[in-house]
Amino acid sequence: MTQGLSDLGTGPGPLQHQLDTVELAARTPDVEQPYGELGLKSDEYARITDILGRRPTTAELAMYSVMWSEHCSYKSSKVHLRTFGDLPRSEALLVGIGENAGVVDVGDGYAVTFKVESHNHPSYVEPYQGAATGVGGIVRDILTMGARPVAVMDSLRFGRADAPDTARVLPGVVAGVGGYGNCLGLPNIGGELLFDECYAGNPLVNALCVGVMKHEDVRLAKAEGVGNKVILFGARTGGDGIGGVSVLASETFDAEGPAKRPSVQVGDPFTEKLLIEACLEIFAADLVTGIQDLGGAGLSCATSELASAGTGGMHVDLDAVPLRDSTLTPAEILMSESQERMCAIVEPGKVDAFLAVCRKWDVLATVIGEVTDGDRLTVDWHGERIVDVPPRTVAHEGPVYERPVQRPADLDDLQADDPAALPRPTTPEELAAHWLAVVASPDGADKTWVTEQYDRYVRGNTVLAQPDDAGVVRIDEETHRGIALALDGNGRYARLDPYAGAQLNLAEAYRNVAVSGARPLAVTNCLNFGSPEEPEVMWQFAEAVRGLADACRELGLPVTGGNVSLYNQTGDVPINPTPVIGVLGVHEDVRTRVPAGWRTAGESVLLLGVTRPEFGGSAWASVVHGHLGGRPPAVDLEAERSLGELLAALGRGGLITSAHDLADGGLAQALAESALRYGTGAALRLGGDPFTALFSESAARVVVTTTDAEAVRATAEWAGVLVTELGTTGGDVLAVDGVAELPLAELRAAWSATLPALFGTPEATVGSVPAGTVPTS
Amino acid sequence: MRIGVITFPGSLDDVDAARAVRLAEAEPVALWHADHDLKDVDAVVLPGGFSYGDYLRAGAIAARAPLVQDVVDRARQGMPVLGICNGFQVLCEAGLLPGALTRNGHLHFRNRDQALRIERADTAWTQDYEPGQRIVVPVKNGEGRYVAAPADLDRIQGEGRVAVRYVEGNPNGSMRDIAGVTSEDGRVVGLMPHPEHAVEDLTGPSTDGLGFFTSVLKAVVSA
Repeated sequence: MTQGLSDLGTGPGPLQHQLDTVELAARTPDVEQPYGELGLKSDEYARITDILGRRPTTAELAMYSVMWSEHCSYKSSKVHLRTFGDLPRSEALLVGIGENAGVVDVGDGYAVTFKVESHNHPSYVEPYQGAATGVGGIVRDILTMGARPVAVMDSLRFGRADAPDTARVLPGVVAGVGGYGNCLGLPNIGGELLFDECYAGNPLVNALCVGVMKHEDVRLAKAEGVGNKVILFGARTGGDGIGGVSVLASETFDAEGPAKRPSVQVGDPFTEKLLIEACLEIFAADLVTGIQDLGGAGLSCATSELASAGTGGMHVDLDAVPLRDSTLTPAEILMSESQERMCAIVEPGKVDAFLAVCRKWDVLATVIGEVTDGDRLTVDWHGERIVDVPPRTVAHEGPVYERPVQRPADLDDLQADDPAALPRPTTPEELAAHWLAVVASPDGADKTWVTEQYDRYVRGNTVLAQPDDAGVVRIDEETHRGIALALDGNGRYARLDPYAGAQLNLAEAYRNVAVSGARPLAVTNCLNFGSPEEPEVMWQFAEAVRGLADACRELGLPVTGGNVSLYNQTGDVPINPTPVIGVLGVHEDVRTRVPAGWRTAGESVLLLGVTRPEFGGSAWASVVHGHLGGRPPAVDLEAERSLGELLAALGRGGLITSAHDLADGGLAQALAESALRYGTGAALRLGGDPFTALFSESAARVVVTTTDAEAVRATAEWAGVLVTELGTTGGDVLAVDGVAELPLAELRAAWSATLPALFGTPEATVGSVPAGTVPTS
Repeated sequence: MRIGVITFPGSLDDVDAARAVRLAEAEPVALWHADHDLKDVDAVVLPGGFSYGDYLRAGAIAARAPLVQDVVDRARQGMPVLGICNGFQVLCEAGLLPGALTRNGHLHFRNRDQALRIERADTAWTQDYEPGQRIVVPVKNGEGRYVAAPADLDRIQGEGRVAVRYVEGNPNGSMRDIAGVTSEDGRVVGLMPHPEHAVEDLTGPSTDGLGFFTSVLKAVVSA
């Protein structure tokens, strides 16, 4: 166990074996406390002493240390994140930043809540449980809002695909995401899988959950009504995950440091499934006045946040908490991050009904306290007071830092290192070889090895899922209303220019949602960066936030919430800044959704949007030359918006049969994926410089197929979007005039062999084909 | 026509099974594992999921649930029963169907669109198909590898009890490519693939799965 935590006995130093009560703390001001080992700075400790007018008790110190951690308090990011709150008010936003997740009006009385959260550090320490509990945590956030969770997505980053440690981390993470989500009965509808050396010691595991409810069902995390009961329900409290947020998520990994496994939580998706069904039944019967899930910082977080957001105080009798391990100290109980627990505020007259629902679902539920009329959060243990604090100071008034920022010293050189100088393929043979290299690279390759470990079908409402650009879920079987979601986070672009990089990620997610035919409605984010104590990282963070806020303002999209993950670095090397952006869109009728692959011969293939020679941060430069430099593609949000409006019009009018976004790998990647999806080739002409046409990563571009090119042309003219005719679908070859003739069998072999070759070929895959590609009878 | 769909703690595809029943124009009736009440249903579906968290063995605890004991009694009198995925595991554990389902050969959970051949088109749940018909429905499981002792496999096969077979690839290492089996009287069928996920063009790889749910309407009428 981490040093410091082992000091969390009943009392500190000379007081060991004596319960550290509020009364004792007032009498013994000079006792030394292990605040440093718990992640608190000396001035933060001094502030706690000021707030309380005495030294904190051991239990209070535990609470403050976890709640004032970077992970829970957002102390380094808060000053920047305020920008999102300053965006113009959107009519679609029902609940904004500050609650467990934002809530958006999607029409017909439906509200949707969605959020992404990181579980990066735990997933590195213990890949399966880290990833699994990441899914579990975000699902409880969504449930807490009153919504039925309906789908999950995952955005994953690992070190080089062929690095030995990636072979340790990736299979466990994928199995963990799948194992937990599959057991909960939530379809996994998409995400990302990317590799880069910079994530070798800091893989990124970002999980998204989306939930649906009616407007009137929205629940908030607050404790109101004096005399109302505080009920803890779900799993018993154990010794797992103690200090997870302060020790794991808020510190840089030290390559030489001790193993941190005890700080990772262990998940039980079966219990969570029961918790979901019990909660939904409890909501339907209107049995709670407030509810909060127990995630990072466990009971410390849930009780202080509920009390802080409410009107009164709260008293908790810690002896009532059901334990898995009877030797836990009160401080450990308060800090434990045992999974699958929720905390509800229930009127006394409804307690019996509440407990009956829990009994029906075999969910353990215990009254542990009540709402009081004071303004203090108090906790007793064995009849003695061990916590007596103003809850706001724990939950909402933690430290706020205005950290120094400084533009990275290497950025000028990096931007000057333009990929225009790299040797380019010129002969048809070279072009074909580079095309295959990009498509077969770990980033470009078929992701079936991962996605077939996820259940995409459960609940029967999945309309589109990976490899389509966006996940699309039906939310009403009568009206056919549905939602679309995409997650995108290119770290190379953000490394070259974090302001533009964040905007490009937003633009890509926006485009991916639009490609499905949906109207983009709202934004969430998961901001993965290095240590905030390094001014250059803090500059990247500030720039990315500023870029994202500016782009949201221009596109008229609200930011509904988000998550910040800092300290993603090993030693003094931070990851590429990786702002992962999620966009939610709405389909009035999911039956008009547009899939991404070519199905039928004889259709026109059209490119929408303008191609410029832009190779900075491109897949081509990275795959072929191992190069990262120059500037990322230009951001043109007006063009993104026009393209989005055009795609919506084409989708609604049934004018296109497929649409696929151009992003990493440019047209080369998009053409290959479109052809391979259903095994339909094409005969194409590119015009101009074939290298630029294939490998440029200019934004605001989409490739579509249609049986009515004239109608698409006319609509595009109305929208002000350039149309380039590329050719016609058909055959079993992807043929580009004067450039390459790629037989689909050869292309598929290269594209689909990469991940199985790296991470294992199960013997039974032989002769089988991936989901979505079997011709139906 | 009332078709019950049992919900156990940890059932996941119960909403899907109920939807499939509805699309087959029958009335889905929600049944609760802990009740001794079959609510006068004409047939029962045990849906997919992870009943009781798959603790002990997949399906082992659910097979001892109060309602499953009632289902076993009624099945022995000829009531049609369909077990899908976890439901198949429950029926094997309850002794209504032969064999057992174990961890996939490759040890991964696998979800894909799977081609199947209908080997028996005369059971209560498959009579709307042609013998030998090829269908495509999703398969998704971590413990779907059908196993039995060689002599039992010979007997099951000899008695024509293999209802559905995997074709064009075996997704989990099931012995003799067995995807589903039937009881001697053809009234009870269990299979690992998910016909309830292939009942709408919008959400499934096909609508090939609907036949299971339309078949039983005739089976009940003719019983």
